[in-house]
Amino acid sequence: MSLSDSLYQEVLLDHYQNPRHHGKMEHFDLHQEGVNPLCGDEVELFLKLKGDIISEISFVGKGCSISQASASMLTDSLYGKTISEAKSLLLEFKGMLLEDKVPNFPEEYEDLESMEAVKKIPARIKCATLAWNTLEKAIGK
Amino acid sequence: MSFDLEKIRRDFPILSTQMNGKPLVFLDSAASSQKPKSVIDTIRKYYEAENANIHRGIYYLSQKATEKYEMARIKTSRFIGAACAKVVIFTRNTTESINLVAQSWGRTNIHEGDEIVLTELEHHSNLVPWQMLAQEKQAVLKFIPLNQDSTLDLSNLDEIITERVKLVALAQMSNVTGTIHDLTPIIRRAREVGAKVLIDGAQGICHLPTNVQKEDFDFYAFSAHKMLGPTGVGVLYAKEEILETMPPWMGGGDMISKVWKEKSTYADLPARLEAGTPNISGVIGFGAAIEYLESIGMQEIRNHELELLQYALDRLEDFGGLELYGTNDLSKRGGVISFNFPGVHPHDVGSILDEEGIAIRVGHHCAQPFMDFKGIAGTCRASFYLYNTKEDVDSLLVGLKKVKEIFGRVLKR
Repeated sequence: MSLSDSLYQEVLLDHYQNPRHHGKMEHFDLHQEGVNPLCGDEVELFLKLKGDIISEISFVGKGCSISQASASMLTDSLYGKTISEAKSLLLEFKGMLLEDKVPNFPEEYEDLESMEAVKKIPARIKCATLAWNTLEKAIGK
Repeated sequence: MSFDLEKIRRDFPILSTQMNGKPLVFLDSAASSQKPKSVIDTIRKYYEAENANIHRGIYYLSQKATEKYEMARIKTSRFIGAACAKVVIFTRNTTESINLVAQSWGRTNIHEGDEIVLTELEHHSNLVPWQMLAQEKQAVLKFIPLNQDSTLDLSNLDEIITERVKLVALAQMSNVTGTIHDLTPIIRRAREVGAKVLIDGAQGICHLPTNVQKEDFDFYAFSAHKMLGPTGVGVLYAKEEILETMPPWMGGGDMISKVWKEKSTYADLPARLEAGTPNISGVIGFGAAIEYLESIGMQEIRNHELELLQYALDRLEDFGGLELYGTNDLSKRGGVISFNFPGVHPHDVGSILDEEGIAIRVGHHCAQPFMDFKGIAGTCRASFYLYNTKEDVDSLLVGLKKVKEIFGRVLKR
């Protein structure tokens, strides 16, 4: 399988074409915009919390398939999780792409593993991490 | 000399390398051109056998380096048809040349309420410096609008270029659409109102025979690295009478005449506008690049690019479903093709082509106002130079077919 075949797998293209949790949120507890100025990719995250639990999450954005699919996978993964679970998933995801760590996602997050192919294309890593960097800022507040 | 494409390709070592296991297909010369062996060898020779600072040493090496550096200035002035060498100012790049004009000439001559005219197709380099100056001086920026085919709409030129306009600044050729602007009516109108004209020649000088005196440019800015030369060398040409009035913009070594503790007097042109040790090896290498271009001939290069452009446009039209930008009138267009694959982001196209060894540029190409005008995030851009072939175009089409296959899986739904 060629690099672009392994990158543009069904799962990534599906998230790109049918983004999960897509749309603006009216009343939210956390909100953060993220942008990669040189390529123009944009992601905006909205989170609603019930105590420590992410009870609602959504995103809007525009950009390449990798940036938008990654945002879709993020929202899908974090819906109903706690903030501390979000933080550890964030570390796991960024570790996979930025520190070459072998991902060890629980089965329910298997879509995220499809993003591993991105690390072979250094120019696109910032696309894949945009939503996650945006999340980091949102929950760091 | 006849145009020997195979020989030209052999002069560029990088063209016989592999990229991701495939022969390199380089279609991004509008960003930076490849370098012929003669330029690479000239730079190597300078560092190996001729390295010394210029204008200072009284020893042989310094004299030799100075001579070669100043010879490159003479070659540059001849290449652009300037009256003499001292009107050629070396900078780091086109951007720095335009900033030099904004900071030196602009701060002296642009005042509150004055107007600066640009176009909606400018590179950020010929936009942001004027935004900064206008903000500082409370001056006004105005824009010549575009027709749908990316040529300039000159129908209201007299209303845009009024008596309040002090400068008209625009590209000779667009880096996004390849549009070669019709400068004659713009320069004529600028003369009527006494405005100066700055031409951003970053994309023009490398592809088009250009004569700054015949075409009556007041300022002309360009970079060596897009015309086979090294990075880090830019040129500002200006008419001598304008340059003579321009105050220094950077202070330091080489631009001085006499220095006391409290004040200094400044050197004559061109040194007054070139502070500090310049990019000596780069300028000398640039001299070799000019020699190479002259040995082929700018008109020959233009003809070759037109042939490629026509071939590529035909094939891309035949491919079907692509959105192509720019005029079909090839007399108003250089070897640049911007296009979009509907439903596929340019960055995704770029990554898939990269895997096939094909280098194109994707994104907004530092021309965001144009992207806003078209309502798009960016484009895929294939750009040609003297060393490109019809086979390169064929490879691009094969790559695009692969994009279609991969994204077809979701686009079909």
